[in-house]
Amino acid sequence: MSGTIRDKTPPGPLEYLRRWPIRTWLVLVTVYLYAPMLTLMVFSFNDSKRNIVWRGFTLKYYVAAFQDSDLITAFGNSLTIAAVSTVASVILGALTAMLLWRFRFPGKAAFEGALSLPIVVPEICMGVAMLVFFTQIVPWPTSLPWPLNLGSIIISHISFSFSFVAIVIRARLASFNRELEEAAKDLGASEWRIFRDILVPHMTPGLVAGGLLAFTLSLDDFVITFFTSGPDTTTFPVKVYSMVRFSVTPEVNAASTILIVITVALTFLALRLQGSEVRDTVGGH
Amino acid sequence: MTGAAKTIIRFENVTKRFGKMVAVDDVSLSIEEGEFFALLGPSGCGKTTLLRMLAGFETPTEGRILIDGEDVSRIPPNRRPVNMVFQSYAVFPHMSVADNVGYGLLVDGVAKAERDRRVEEALSLVKLEGFGGRKPDQMSGGQRQRVALARALVKRPRVLLLDEPLSALDAKLREAMRSELTQLQDKVGITFLIVTHDQDEALAMASRCAVMNRGLLQQVATPSDLYEYPNSRFVADFIGQVNLFEGKLTVDEHDHAVVASPDLAAPIFLDHGVTGAHGTDLWVAIRPEKIALQKRGDGQATPASEGAPAGHNIAAGVIRHISYLGSESVYEVELETGRKVRALRSNLTRRDQEDLTWDEPVWVSWHAWSPAVLLS
Repeated sequence: MSGTIRDKTPPGPLEYLRRWPIRTWLVLVTVYLYAPMLTLMVFSFNDSKRNIVWRGFTLKYYVAAFQDSDLITAFGNSLTIAAVSTVASVILGALTAMLLWRFRFPGKAAFEGALSLPIVVPEICMGVAMLVFFTQIVPWPTSLPWPLNLGSIIISHISFSFSFVAIVIRARLASFNRELEEAAKDLGASEWRIFRDILVPHMTPGLVAGGLLAFTLSLDDFVITFFTSGPDTTTFPVKVYSMVRFSVTPEVNAASTILIVITVALTFLALRLQGSEVRDTVGGH
Repeated sequence: MTGAAKTIIRFENVTKRFGKMVAVDDVSLSIEEGEFFALLGPSGCGKTTLLRMLAGFETPTEGRILIDGEDVSRIPPNRRPVNMVFQSYAVFPHMSVADNVGYGLLVDGVAKAERDRRVEEALSLVKLEGFGGRKPDQMSGGQRQRVALARALVKRPRVLLLDEPLSALDAKLREAMRSELTQLQDKVGITFLIVTHDQDEALAMASRCAVMNRGLLQQVATPSDLYEYPNSRFVADFIGQVNLFEGKLTVDEHDHAVVASPDLAAPIFLDHGVTGAHGTDLWVAIRPEKIALQKRGDGQATPASEGAPAGHNIAAGVIRHISYLGSESVYEVELETGRKVRALRSNLTRRDQEDLTWDEPVWVSWHAWSPAVLLS
C-alpha cells in the first residue's frame, strides 16, 4: 500500500489489502465505527439550540458545560467511582485469578462458572438485584458525606467489573512457565518474593488490560448505576440521560466529547506506559 | 576421583509415589564430591523425579536424602545448598541478564558491590562478558542457557543440578556444549548432577552414570563399564546397540564357558567363567562393532574365529541391508537360522563401503572376549 511508488505488479495471493473489495470493506467499517462519534464531536461546536442544522462554530456550550455545577459534580462522581472500583476490582480480580490458577479445591468448577455470571446476566437484572440488595438487605445510608455516599454504586461496579479483570488475568497466568517460579525458589526466594519479583511482572499486562477494562466499564455504566444512584449521587451517564430527556442540546455533545477525549487519552497513556514492559514480558518464553 | 573422595549426596532407600504410580522405587545411591554424575534413562523412568527430590520440589514418600551428611528431605528448595539449571532454562524474561544472574544473591542479601563483582565473574565463567545489560529475548537459546548456568553457579552451590540441559539445542551446539560443560565443571570444581535421556550425552560427559528404568536403579558405573559390562538386557539395549542371543550354559569352567543358542548354528565361546548359572536361561550380548564380517565363497571351509576353538563364535549369513552413515556402515546380516544380526564397520578407507554389498554371502564372527553374559 505504498503511495510514492506505483506498484504495477498484480496483488499476491495473501496481499488482501491491495484488492478493492477488502479496501472498500475497510473504509465502510471505519466510517460505520467512527462517523457517529465524529458527528457528536463536530456538533458540540454547533452554534444552535437545536442540534440538527449546522449554524456556525462556537465554544459556548463548552463554557456552559463547565459552568453547569450539576454536570461537573456528576463528572467528578463518575471519575471517583471509576477510580476506586478499578483499584478494588484489579486487586480482587488478580487474587481470584491466582486462586483459580494455583489451587484445586472442591467446587472449583462451579466457582469458575459463577465468576462469569455478572458478564452473562443481563445488566437490567443486575441493576434490579442491586436495587433490592441495597434497599432490603444492606440499606445504604443516604446521608453519608461525599464520597462515602457513592459506596453502593462503587460496590455494585466492583461486583461486575472484577470478574472481567479476573478472566483477563486468568488468561495471562495460563501462559506462565511454572519453572520460573521453581527457579526463583531454587535461588532462595521466599513465596512473597516470588510473587513480587516473578509473578506480578508476568501479570502486569493483564493487570493493565483488566484495569483499563474495569475503568471504562465503570465510567460508562448506565443501567446498574441508574438503579443504585440517588438524587445526590448522580453519575455522568445518568446525568446525560436526564439532560437528553429534556432536549439534546450541544451541551450534552460538549460534555460527551470531553469524556471521550479523557478516555482515549487515558487509554493511550496507559498503553504507552506499559508498551515497553508488555514487549519484554511477552518476549522470552 | 581419588580413593579419598567424600560422599556429598546420599539417597537412602528413596521411594516416591504419585497416587498408585511408583515414580522412584527404593533407590539408594551415593554421589561423591567433584563427580560429573549422570542420571540416565528413558522418559518416565523416574530420573527427573529423583532430581526434583534432591532440589526440594518433591518430597520422598519413603527414605532419606542427605547432602553433606545432613538429612534435607523436609527442607524447602530455597534453603538447600543445591542449584538447578532448568530444562526450559527459566530465565526471568522481565529482568536483564545481570539481574537474572544476581537474583539469587539479591534474595540472600548480598551487598551490591559484592553482588556486581560475583555476577561479572559468573558471566565471564560462561563466556557472556558484556552481556549483563541485555534482555533475555535478545539472546539465542544457547546464550540463555549460559545465563541459567551462571545464575545457578553464582550461588556457589554444593551440587549443580542440570535437568536435560542440552535437549533444546540444535545438534552442533549440543555437541559443543558437552565439552564446554565438562570444562566448566573442571574449572569450578562443583559436583554436577545431570539428568538426560540421551545416552551419548551421558557417556560423553559423565564420570559416572546411573541407569534407571521404571523407577528402579538398574546399574551405576562409569560410561565404559556401562557399555562394555552391562548388568542387564535393559542396560545393554539402552546404551548403544546390541545383538542379544538367548541361550543356555552348556560348559562352565573357571577359564571359559560355552553357551548354546537356538538363534546360532555354532555355540558361543566365552573366555571367562560364568558363576552359578548352569542350565539356566541367560542372554549373550554382542555389540555390532565387535562383530567382524568376511566374504563367504561357495564350498569354502568354515574359517576359525579369533580366540575361540574352531566351530565357535562364527555363523554364515547374507547381507540383507546396509545403512551407510559416512564414517561407518551398519550391515544387517540374516543368519542361516533366520536370525538377523547387526554388524558395524568403520569405513577406514574411501573404498571400504564398496567391498561388501547387498545379498552378499558373509561370515560373521566375534572374539571370545567380546560377548557379555546377562542373567536378567
